Amino acid sequence: MAKTIAEINDKIRKGKAVVVSAEELIDIVEEKGVAKAATEIDVVTTATFGPMCSSGAYFNVGHSNPKIKIGGGSAYLNDVPAYSGFAAVDIYIGATALPDDDPRNRVYPGKFAYGGGHVIHDLVAGRDVELKATAYGTDCYPRKKLDTWINIKDINEAVLFNPRNAYQNYNVAVNLSDKAIYTYMGVLLPKLGNANYCSAGQLSPLLKDPYYRTIGIGTKIFLGGGVGYVVWQGTQHNPGIPRNDKGVPVAPAGTLAVMGDLKGMKPEWLVGVSMQGYGTSLSIGIGVPIPILNEEICRFAALKDEDLWTKIVDYSEAYPKGGGSLGEVNYADLKSGKITLDGKEIRTGGISSYSKAVEIANLLKESIEKKEFFLTEPVAYLPSPESGYGFKPLNERPLA
Amino acid sequence: MISSKVVLKFPPELVDQPITSRLVKEHNLNFNILKAQISPKEDGLLVLELEGEKVDLEGGLAFLEKAGVKVSPLSLEIGRDEERCTDCSVCTGICPTGALIVDQVTRKVNFLEEKCIACEFCLKACPYQAMRVKFYS
Repeated sequence: MAKTIAEINDKIRKGKAVVVSAEELIDIVEEKGVAKAATEIDVVTTATFGPMCSSGAYFNVGHSNPKIKIGGGSAYLNDVPAYSGFAAVDIYIGATALPDDDPRNRVYPGKFAYGGGHVIHDLVAGRDVELKATAYGTDCYPRKKLDTWINIKDINEAVLFNPRNAYQNYNVAVNLSDKAIYTYMGVLLPKLGNANYCSAGQLSPLLKDPYYRTIGIGTKIFLGGGVGYVVWQGTQHNPGIPRNDKGVPVAPAGTLAVMGDLKGMKPEWLVGVSMQGYGTSLSIGIGVPIPILNEEICRFAALKDEDLWTKIVDYSEAYPKGGGSLGEVNYADLKSGKITLDGKEIRTGGISSYSKAVEIANLLKESIEKKEFFLTEPVAYLPSPESGYGFKPLNERPLA
Repeated sequence: MISSKVVLKFPPELVDQPITSRLVKEHNLNFNILKAQISPKEDGLLVLELEGEKVDLEGGLAFLEKAGVKVSPLSLEIGRDEERCTDCSVCTGICPTGALIVDQVTRKVNFLEEKCIACEFCLKACPYQAMRVKFYS
């Protein structure tokens, strides 16, 4: 029996909607079967919490007196450079931005103690942040220098706007070389010393709606502890990746671009990340409700860790130079704490926090039950596996 | 036989004396050196796992204190900032002794201090700078 989002919202309004987390759905479907579960359950909440480098926030800091045109000049927040190529007082800071004087990897491996992700966390935590700006001065914007404290509660807009989040599946990273390497997937010990993965697996939004039947442009989400929306497919969206017999891509595939009011977010769901030897990032809590419109959507939403597979990639050679997979593994194996590759037992570590994802899925469930959060109809769908939309390497054309 | 992991801090005037040798010989203790270094200020730092009879261990630790060595259990010198930890579990893959381990039910990361050998791998691996050692300060 098919339902519509309008009908589900009506049930939420009447306090009659049945909302469960994707983890809870797995047990319900095992007990009652998918047909009965699809009839009884209205909304399934999915979630993820982990570093997502293509993230950032823009601000309108308000006009000083006399006015300054930061646009075309420079802007720093706590010494971290922000992009200033907009109008007079709009700036954007990205999660991986670093202070000009950070030693980076000159002393290897660099610590990357503070960067753009940490600035966003500090702002959301309500801390005062230093804004230092320079400008060239114009007749209408004569000021050339501005050094001031700013606080998120005083500035005009503060908006989280992330070009790529919530990857649908991700590589497992290992190191075949004979020295430790420092990657965005963490420290990888030599000769298969450890294996790091980064997905919430059976709670991860796009793994539970693998064909993007419900998650689309305009989908309202839990973002960083506040409210956000899916605003576009994320960069590198790659829906055409091969899928297993359950319909789930077996390598990184779809992505989401998301946005929301930073002022309504909370510091525990937007946390600065320091990846030794790699750089800074921002860990983000995202929760996405999946309306159970029909049996097929329910079957996908009930996929469990054992059904979700990904590939193992050597980050010493294959990743930087482009190369193949060493094998495939599922999230149940990864979460058990060890996997076996080439007869060798390897300890696993997660970059994505499953316990935080559970917390977010439950928070989202509660806010739907309390009638604080209603579902939205996508205004457009993400490019599908059949769309031909994909992810190309750079066609490098040397200048000289 | 009992064992204990301890952090020993030697003031500069003691670093050239055979205190550790006397500790193990006179108090009949087995030892395993987990970490040893002398700072530019000539303070000595030694992390040891000591094993022996209870009376010998207590006697040995009393000897150290009397000699002017600051002694503290390793479990008090290494710790986790619970507010910073997100239970991501990236540390569990590189912890060589299983001191950092995921609880398979709650999916939270437990820190079993008694298993820690102060290798500090987790300090490098933690994206949230949640792991702390106090013995350098």
